[in-house]
Amino acid sequence: MTIYIVCFLQLLQDELNRKILDSLLAFIRKSVSTFQRGTDDWVSRMRAHEIPTAALVLGVNVPDHDMTFQCLSDQLQQSVTPFVVSVQATECAGQSCRVLERLMGTSVSVDNEEEPEQCSTNVNQKRVHCSLITLCNWYKTVTKVCSYCKERTSVGKDMQQHPPIVVIFKDLEAFNPKVLQDFILICSRYVEQLPLMFVFGIATSPSTIQHMLPHSVSSLLGIELFQSLSCTQHLASVIDKVILTSQFPFKPNGKVLQVLVSIFLYHDFSVRNFIKGLQLALLEHFHSQPLSVLCCKKEAALVHATELSHRDVERLQQLPSFMRYVEEQGPQEQVELLTSVDHVKEVCQKLLKDLCKYHKNYYTTLRCLHILTASLPKYPLGKQIRELHISCLEKNVWENDEYACAMQLLRMMAKDELTSALQKCAEILKSGKTKKMRAALLQLDNLLSKFDQPAGEDLTSPGEGLQKKTDLFQLQKTLLEMKKSRRTKKMSQFEILRDQALEFIDSLVRSHLAPPESQPLYEVCYYSSSAVLRRHLNATPRTSIQTALSNPYHYLKNEDLRAEDGTVSNAAPDICIVYKLHLECGRLINLYDWLELFHSCSSTPTSARFIQAVSELEFLGFIKSTKQKTDHVSRLTWGGC
Amino acid sequence: MMEQCSYPSIFIYGHRATGKSHVIHTLLKELELPYATVSCVECVSVGLLFEQVLLPLFGSDSASLLSRSPSLSDFVRVYKQLCVQASAKQTRYIVLDRAELLRDMEANLLPAFLRLQELVEDNVTVILLSEIVWDKFRPNTGCFEPLLLHFPDYSKGELQQILSEDSHPSYSPELYSAFINILLGVFYSVCRDLRELRHLAALNFSKFIEPLEQGKVKESDTHKLWRNIEPHLKKAMQTVYLREVSSVQWEQQLQMEEKEAGAVRGLSAHAHVELPYYSKFLLIAAYLASYNPARTDKRFFLKHHGKIKNTNFLKKNEKPPPQISSLGTLQLLNQVGHDDQLDAPKYKCAVSLDFILAISRTVSFDMVKYLYDFL
Repeated sequence: MTIYIVCFLQLLQDELNRKILDSLLAFIRKSVSTFQRGTDDWVSRMRAHEIPTAALVLGVNVPDHDMTFQCLSDQLQQSVTPFVVSVQATECAGQSCRVLERLMGTSVSVDNEEEPEQCSTNVNQKRVHCSLITLCNWYKTVTKVCSYCKERTSVGKDMQQHPPIVVIFKDLEAFNPKVLQDFILICSRYVEQLPLMFVFGIATSPSTIQHMLPHSVSSLLGIELFQSLSCTQHLASVIDKVILTSQFPFKPNGKVLQVLVSIFLYHDFSVRNFIKGLQLALLEHFHSQPLSVLCCKKEAALVHATELSHRDVERLQQLPSFMRYVEEQGPQEQVELLTSVDHVKEVCQKLLKDLCKYHKNYYTTLRCLHILTASLPKYPLGKQIRELHISCLEKNVWENDEYACAMQLLRMMAKDELTSALQKCAEILKSGKTKKMRAALLQLDNLLSKFDQPAGEDLTSPGEGLQKKTDLFQLQKTLLEMKKSRRTKKMSQFEILRDQALEFIDSLVRSHLAPPESQPLYEVCYYSSSAVLRRHLNATPRTSIQTALSNPYHYLKNEDLRAEDGTVSNAAPDICIVYKLHLECGRLINLYDWLELFHSCSSTPTSARFIQAVSELEFLGFIKSTKQKTDHVSRLTWGGC
Repeated sequence: MMEQCSYPSIFIYGHRATGKSHVIHTLLKELELPYATVSCVECVSVGLLFEQVLLPLFGSDSASLLSRSPSLSDFVRVYKQLCVQASAKQTRYIVLDRAELLRDMEANLLPAFLRLQELVEDNVTVILLSEIVWDKFRPNTGCFEPLLLHFPDYSKGELQQILSEDSHPSYSPELYSAFINILLGVFYSVCRDLRELRHLAALNFSKFIEPLEQGKVKESDTHKLWRNIEPHLKKAMQTVYLREVSSVQWEQQLQMEEKEAGAVRGLSAHAHVELPYYSKFLLIAAYLASYNPARTDKRFFLKHHGKIKNTNFLKKNEKPPPQISSLGTLQLLNQVGHDDQLDAPKYKCAVSLDFILAISRTVSFDMVKYLYDFL
């Protein structure tokens, strides 16, 4: 089960990256053909030769970039050129020399791997100076050799003769601007001999290129912009494919999903970390809930249900949702459920099938509701489907004020907007494969066809009652009657239909969008310990260090160390004693006094151990040496922070 | 210049694309003089510089006589050795392009090159090409004064003449020079760089002659041709000249019909950065700390005002993890102060006011109230 999800997530990542990788590959191929065009026509002779550069804007979620670049590098090596190099800013800190070295190193090693029969390559490894002249010479020899080699099937003829050298700068902002400028200046002098191509990985925005490179340098590059999917879109598609689907039985509940999404939005925008959090939730669920053996595909789950052990059946009977179900049954049924194991297994199978159907109906209805409410002003039910999903998971969504507000706004919708939204709903209902969804689809199709009919008679013409000659009193009476009738005027056919459609949607919502807690056996599929997840994902190292130091029993579980609150036994490690003592001091701590106290507290006091403990405390960041007074250290932490 | 000892060093300076290296190289090639030309940008180490000087003058084996990381005296010694084997009948010339980078290399390099003739006792002249005036080169310890030559910028007429020489083979030179006239009229006020102008001419000429090819105008109707090309040149000034779009994209745009071409968004149009929630607050706090004087902090962050931000954090009961280093990597925060002050690192906010106002708007924090400059 877990392996299946993991593989699926990997494929999803690849698919999401595919669009941008395809456009990058197209760009690189186009640039290569421009290079091949040669200097035949007048335009090519006259214009400046620029280095084709792709500026890839990936977003601030830097942990996700590695995967993208690895993917890109692999695809390039397979289909375009073997000469691909990725450089990171940390490797090229000082000079552009390092960049060239990496370039040559990788290219040379690629060469050695590719043609083992060409052992007599003339690269004199000892005197390889990192200069572009050497690279040019090497490139010429390699391409001459390549043209005699066997053909690469997926590469065009142009590329075979002159495969481009692609340099990928993984994190552009972190590069020293001077180094980058020098590198570009050097490369542009050799652009006619070496078909170089750059890919800039940008985290913030493309205007950083203009900040880092002056015009004299950026005029040597032909920069084209490629934007990847924004992180929120990425997240939305991951949630759509993995959580809002009946394909995977494992589901996080509202609080857990809220924790994961808030870590994403507030901390790092990293989809990779979100997926890791989801995997952690999956593991925790299977680890802590013994009945999760039933959390798998329907057929396998039904088989497992018949094979449940006695212990498991007892656990099943003690689940709160199952107990609620039992209470709803008649007395005869209740007795059977509490005593007969076989009956319980049968009922369990039925409930699992019901749970499956519930999920299918739920997601279809959720998507319909989202389509209708996603374009309302001020987004009462949230702009993204995940917000709607979380509010549905937590309680009955039809009891929310926002739901009432959304329904009111829908009652005021115009005809064409409403019909187009309802048609999209019909599409979604078509894909739901349960009986109830099919019935709903019939009803909706009915309604839609009524919308298309021409409008019938509308309002009664108001001018009827005023034809006759009347006196003042009669006129007043007729006018009052008309005013009353106008208040309860007959609605147009469209408005009647609109109300009918909205009632239909409302009934769908009330019957299918109940939170999962209302379904028996939901604990099998839903993971709900958000506190555990939060503790694992939002690590607080400071708290754990302080716990370890003030209460060593918590981690060491040594009986000698068990101490009542506040005190520290003599057998505790030195660093704990020293820590406890320093808590009682003020801002500046006198080392000699501290040493004396330590000698009195510790069982085996020696100065060497004291000094070791103090330096460990300094390393952990609790104290710092200070020049304000000799033989004093200053304390850095206060209170319980 | 041929057999007598020539002047040891010459310094040529002038702006970009004033013809310095072009003239020198043409002269040296025409007169078939032995020379070596090196661009100091490529020479990240002095060894590379020496190698690239020796290789063209003395053949490919000469560089192997140099040790792995040679010093100046090694270079002089090897040079003398090679001279003995291949004595010069003519003056040798060493051309050093982007010579201002020599100042950043070892301190003895520049004075040595100025006096190279004396050091190696050979008939060699060093020509230094640079965009910076000689006064900024002169080392403190004094040196041999080279011959100074200034290449002034081209005037408009000269640019017209030079650019008109590369006329397109299928069209008359008069037509081309009319085109150059129009081009200069639009671009001369912002750009005098010959290379750049030639590049722009190449890109836009096809659009210029489009009406001619379509048969709508004759060659002599310069006014109509001008009317056709002028809006495109104006657009080019804002896009391809500034490298907002690449030249390839520009050419594609020109080829598309007017109706189909949508606006290609230039690079600087995309200035928006999506940041996580806590990072936005960190950045706002950093901006306030960087740009408000310290004494005003107390005034702004009194009990009711400043606690707004703090209580947000306390309510959530979570510590924001240290994101300062990641903001530093994105170049939104710069480290100020020495690297070895690890216990008290200082950071400064490196974003513009517009950027920070946009960010504070997304978190509904009224930034302007807290900025000292806006009181």
